[in-house]
Amino acid sequence: MREYIDGSTAIVRGALDAGCSFFAGYPITPASGILMAMMRELPRAGGIAIQGEDEIASIGMCIGATLAGARAMTATSGPGISLYSENIGLAVMGEVPLVIVDVQRLGPSTGGATTVSQGDVQFVRWGTAGGFPVIVLAPSTITESYWLTARAFELAERFRCPVFLLTDKELATTLGTVESDSFPLVQPWTRQVGAQGAPYRYEPAADVAPLHEFGRDATVRFTGSTHDTRGFITKHPPTVDALNRHLSDKIEGHRGEIELADADLVDAADTLILGYGITGGAVRAAVREGRRRGLRLSGLVIQSLWPVPETALDRAIAGIGRIVVPELNLGLYRREVERFAGDREVIGVNRVDGELISPEQILEVVG
Amino acid sequence: MTVAITPLRRYRNETPYPFCPGCGHSSILDTLSEALVGLAVDPAQVVIVSDIGCAGLSDQYFDTSAFHGLHGRSITYATGIKLARPELTVIVVMGDGGTGIGGAHLINAARRNIGITVLVFNNLNFGMTGGQHSTTTPEGAVTTTTPGGNLEHPLDICATVGVNGAGYVYRGTSFSPDLAERIVEAVRHPGFALLDVWELCTAYYVPANKFTRRGLESTMERLGFHSGVLFKRDVVEYAAAYREAAALLPRRTSPRPIPTEHASALGVSVSLVVAGSAGAKVRSAARLIGEAAIRSGLWSAQRDDYPVTVKTGHSVSEIVIGPDPITPVGVTIPDVAVIVSDDGLSKVLPMIEAMPASGLVVTFPEFADVKTRAHLEVVDPSEVETRVPKAQRALVLLAATVALLDLFPVGALLDAAGSGPFADENRAAVEAGLALRPRSGTIGSPGAGTEGRS
Repeated sequence: MREYIDGSTAIVRGALDAGCSFFAGYPITPASGILMAMMRELPRAGGIAIQGEDEIASIGMCIGATLAGARAMTATSGPGISLYSENIGLAVMGEVPLVIVDVQRLGPSTGGATTVSQGDVQFVRWGTAGGFPVIVLAPSTITESYWLTARAFELAERFRCPVFLLTDKELATTLGTVESDSFPLVQPWTRQVGAQGAPYRYEPAADVAPLHEFGRDATVRFTGSTHDTRGFITKHPPTVDALNRHLSDKIEGHRGEIELADADLVDAADTLILGYGITGGAVRAAVREGRRRGLRLSGLVIQSLWPVPETALDRAIAGIGRIVVPELNLGLYRREVERFAGDREVIGVNRVDGELISPEQILEVVG
Repeated sequence: MTVAITPLRRYRNETPYPFCPGCGHSSILDTLSEALVGLAVDPAQVVIVSDIGCAGLSDQYFDTSAFHGLHGRSITYATGIKLARPELTVIVVMGDGGTGIGGAHLINAARRNIGITVLVFNNLNFGMTGGQHSTTTPEGAVTTTTPGGNLEHPLDICATVGVNGAGYVYRGTSFSPDLAERIVEAVRHPGFALLDVWELCTAYYVPANKFTRRGLESTMERLGFHSGVLFKRDVVEYAAAYREAAALLPRRTSPRPIPTEHASALGVSVSLVVAGSAGAKVRSAARLIGEAAIRSGLWSAQRDDYPVTVKTGHSVSEIVIGPDPITPVGVTIPDVAVIVSDDGLSKVLPMIEAMPASGLVVTFPEFADVKTRAHLEVVDPSEVETRVPKAQRALVLLAATVALLDLFPVGALLDAAGSGPFADENRAAVEAGLALRPRSGTIGSPGAGTEGRS
């Protein structure tokens, strides 16, 4: 049996199967499909879904609900991420597990509401004050939209941090045919819940303390200010240093665990085509067609954009002379690739006209 | 699970307050502690959600659970906590500044009647940041940002939340003898409860305005702002109402797999673009074509293009059907274009002009003069006896196109049309489309328009 569904449907299904119990969002094209499906399905699954008065309220409710025991997700598009910014920082500082879906649309400001883009790839990484790391996953197919949503919930719980699922107008709203049995089995992550003692822990820096929820046996202090392990505001330099290093190290120190990429590498390849998200489909098709024409090509579709999957990148560029990076922006992720490229030529294939990059357009550059 | 309630003799901890001498915050917090003693609640089941500013420091002096978030957003966190765990006592402590920057949250929490208690420490200015004017600063008052006197009318917090449905609304001062009793009443009220407590900011507002305890009451009088319990309504709390409504809903929607009951001999992938008007069921018609293809063992993908408006402008769907999985990469020049309306035609005109002679354009008589090198087929709805409803023109034309190209058995399309919502209307439209004959009738071979493309 096959199904005819879009990426939004797969995201909602992945969230529900991963144990999502709370959703809050505000209508915005092209993410409204997720909001409407969550409003319809989540109460049927025993959870709570609410349409906030704005994006700020929506993410705020998600953070509050998480501290009260929920598994929360919200979904928006670029302009909504702008409004999420301060609360993304709160979730980073307070170590709140939270899944944020960004269905990208084109351009700054209102931009092109119904137009595809990959323009938020750096924005989600650096979208709040302080520069601390977040995790960003990017599906490139409908099936990946399902299991990467579930993986986002796992990583959010594992590392007590906001995890972005970066998708776009085309992937979220384009209907595709999928085999019913192509969805991998997803189990809800069992949250480690602390009950007594300090709700935060900074040493060893890469360790993550269990989440302390409200309404259990002991009182819990949560704060977005610089705090000691008990949750009291502090300016004590050694404590502040330990806190801030912990916020970074807990993610940077576990890169290998977070890293996800779909590599199609051949030893004799001289050119690597590297993409992510909706452009991943064109990357795969270009590699297939290029090889058919006798070109020596490897392909890499990155599924965990942040932290940058260094091991997968190093492996993929070994022996390669040239890297082609197609993106629906003016080269925003290419600069991450360039950091690893050394002397290799890095060529961008870029569109910001609202149209997709075709495999042929990539192959024109490959030659 | 039953949790044994272990109320405290006081909910304040031992840490001394950090507030200025004479500041109202200390006495309001002592009164809050007294009210919690009266409520005899387990401190682990109480969450004090503090906003930002001097009042935002408050949670640190209590032995309850605490949430200290961002300026103006305290009500949103409290809402999330209450929605997830309605049995918890959730108390927001915020200054008048928070009611300004978080005004939207204040109004909407009141409107929803989420069962939280909001305690506003209203000292008529921003204390922590240097005595600037706030949304509640009275007209004429001098602050560091209104050196010539405030020109703005102050926000009547109580009237605002009251008129928008709040369950319980009270206004008093830090000196009101009934404050502890009113806090108890507010917390016990099932709906949204707000206490607007006016107080003295001895660092800024008092010296700048020669303000006194008596001034609190006279200012209320001068502004016509009433005090006491201003609203007390029987309301249904939102989180409880949500759960009640949710219990009546059916189970979660199951996936809807599409059975493969037909077969197609299509050997290459074919791209169709259907171009019509927004609101004219173009996308749902296109979807039925894809479902019919899947019923025939093929793979399909559908990408839609439409403006931000709903029932005006174009609606264009691209459908790619083939024997193998489809990568959604966008169609630049389609094999087949189906023109349903003017809106659609003007959107895809560049595509039609670029189509090669091997392509096929199918349309109604009114667009028969469209310029294209592709083979043009015109179908005339007046040839069938059944009247074609305007809303079904896309499906009628697509059905005629599918029959013409023989992409898959027409039975698959009839099955797809008959299986979803609007089954009767859709089947009728498909039948009308199948009955229509193209004028030239020169095309009939499978995938005729697909030459040179795969």
